[in-house]
Amino acid sequence: MLEIKNLHANINGKEILKGINLTVRPGEVHAIMGPNGSGKSTLSSVLAGNPTFTVTEGEVNFYGKNLLELSPEDRSREGLFLSFQYPVEIPGVSMVNFMRTAVNEHRKYKGLDPMSASDFLKLMREKKELVELDNKLANRSVNEGFSGGEKKRNEIFQMAMLEPRLSILDETDSGLDIDALRIVASGVNKLKSKDNASIVITHYQRLLDYIVPDFVHVLYKGKIVKSAGRELALELEEKGYDWIKKELGE
Amino acid sequence: MEIEQSYIDIYKEFAPTLKANSAEVMNRNRDEAFARFEALGFPTQKMENYRYTDVRSRFAVNYGMNLRQVSCPLSPSDLVKCNVPGISTHLFFVVNDTFLSCPSATLARDMEELMEKGVLWGSLKEHAEKYPELVARYYGKAADVENDGLVAFNAAFAQDGFFLYVPKNVVIEKPVQLINVMHANVDMMANSRNLIILEDGAQAKFLVCAHTMDQVNFLCNRVTEVFVGKGASYEQYKLEQTNYKMNNFGSLFVKQEADSHVIVNESTLHNGFTRNNIRVDLDGEHADTLLCGMAIADKEEHVDNTTFINHNVPNCQSRELYKYVADDSSVGVFAGRVLVKEGAQKTEAYQSCKNICLTKDAHIYSKPQLEIYADDVKCSHGATTGQMDDTALFYMRARGISEKEAKMLLMLAFMDDVIEKISVEALRSKIRLLVEKRFRGELSKCSGCEICKE
Repeated sequence: MLEIKNLHANINGKEILKGINLTVRPGEVHAIMGPNGSGKSTLSSVLAGNPTFTVTEGEVNFYGKNLLELSPEDRSREGLFLSFQYPVEIPGVSMVNFMRTAVNEHRKYKGLDPMSASDFLKLMREKKELVELDNKLANRSVNEGFSGGEKKRNEIFQMAMLEPRLSILDETDSGLDIDALRIVASGVNKLKSKDNASIVITHYQRLLDYIVPDFVHVLYKGKIVKSAGRELALELEEKGYDWIKKELGE
Repeated sequence: MEIEQSYIDIYKEFAPTLKANSAEVMNRNRDEAFARFEALGFPTQKMENYRYTDVRSRFAVNYGMNLRQVSCPLSPSDLVKCNVPGISTHLFFVVNDTFLSCPSATLARDMEELMEKGVLWGSLKEHAEKYPELVARYYGKAADVENDGLVAFNAAFAQDGFFLYVPKNVVIEKPVQLINVMHANVDMMANSRNLIILEDGAQAKFLVCAHTMDQVNFLCNRVTEVFVGKGASYEQYKLEQTNYKMNNFGSLFVKQEADSHVIVNESTLHNGFTRNNIRVDLDGEHADTLLCGMAIADKEEHVDNTTFINHNVPNCQSRELYKYVADDSSVGVFAGRVLVKEGAQKTEAYQSCKNICLTKDAHIYSKPQLEIYADDVKCSHGATTGQMDDTALFYMRARGISEKEAKMLLMLAFMDDVIEKISVEALRSKIRLLVEKRFRGELSKCSGCEICKE
């Protein structure tokens, strides 16, 4: 579904991604780990189409389409979802209004009629339970005054609403206590199917106890320097990133 | 003085006609007001209060004036499409500068009941003739003829307008709505005068809509005086939704006695050139006032809200919240002066003005001005002007919301706290809808009263 070839990207002239290669197939869970500043969040931002970053080289193919040519909204409508590391607060825009607009724009893209108000509310109720999101939060402005854990749960709730083919979870575990982590992870697991895939970006192996990856990649200085099965995550946890640096002869 | 000169000549020639078609109370100080205008002229940009707004040149057009008060060939039934349920109001019209009288037979039952309680409403001219003592006690007592050429001009030329008198402790539940309609086939100017009196403990909500029916140049110079008695409560909502050829000058003077509450909320959704002057005098302790406004401007539109709040006595509270979204090469101006007089201790005055410029050519000038001569007060002001929040925009787009729709939602959200301050629920949802339509570019420029139309 997703094929990244030799992807280079920079911000304000500074090169962050220096040739990423990655292939993701339906049903797979990929974990991307790596030390601070290695380019993990940049990769997710570039895939989602954040205009702050400039792609200078390489290609990304998503279900036969050139992803890099699509606007952020079309990437979303094609089934790509980014769970933000720092979800944005939007005062004055209610969660209901925000989600209804998003869901209906997705439907329009697929040539479907807008969802009726009652169907939509029913869908919201259903999906909220998945991440145990408080009813009250849905009536508030997007992320405004949400705690760190609520914001992350809200991301997974939005993911459940939009039913993406590929979700990128950017440090979804950061700032979560163990209970919130379990709720978020179980939400992600419930949404997993043989037709969709996830890329889980994380610092720590902790999240991977709950969301079990098929592949683990280590991103370092803008490149994937090591790929293996889930045992790599455990090895990293034990030996730290210095071990990778040593292997690379640094 | 050449722009002023033509108006000076008109006054000199037609003063008897002007007076013959107005009321004696309104004529009493007419010559003095004219002399004051002759001395002041129209405001110029050299004056601090008019630095960013060129008022004078707007008067250069050769406008027609209806000095004989010839009534317009319109009847309320032509305009009655505005009176659709949805937002139910007590409805009145001023066409150009003249109150449009309705046959008394059409008065609704609840209007009659209020009149039995002593409420007076309708033409200022007629009421000044019928109740000269009452009107004379208030007329011209708040308006600043002395220092403002626009107000002096109005006092010299205004012959009629709307009058509302609410006796002690009488509450008018439904909003009183005044629709100022401009209707002419030639360029036309209107000077009208509104006088609103709330006695102690009275309550009223006043909704003013400005409309145009024709595509000629219009200029309105309207002055409204409001007297709010002890413990009385007054709310005024103004909605401008006209066209690019409309020049709308509104001066509002409010005098508040002790324990009174006032809300003024002025929305400019569409108007060529707007200048709102608001002056509030807090004359009695524990009075509070809330001034809010929003402006959505595009093309060459110009919107100026200049406010002046006088804390004359201790223990009063004033709040101000103004928001602008300026597109294309439009201009927004906010100047807010708060004066806390010596001895006005325990004053609380907060002012906030937030703006978004959508293009590089759009301009916003905001000028907060606090003058404080008391030492135990809480006062603050804040003004920000920026662009749309890019991180929020990207977040929404990443959820599949188009850039256009995301911007729309953000702009609506931006205006939401001004809309939230409208206390009449039906009006609030109506305005929210109008603002959304405005941002979507769907708002028809004056095809009648959008407030009422379903």
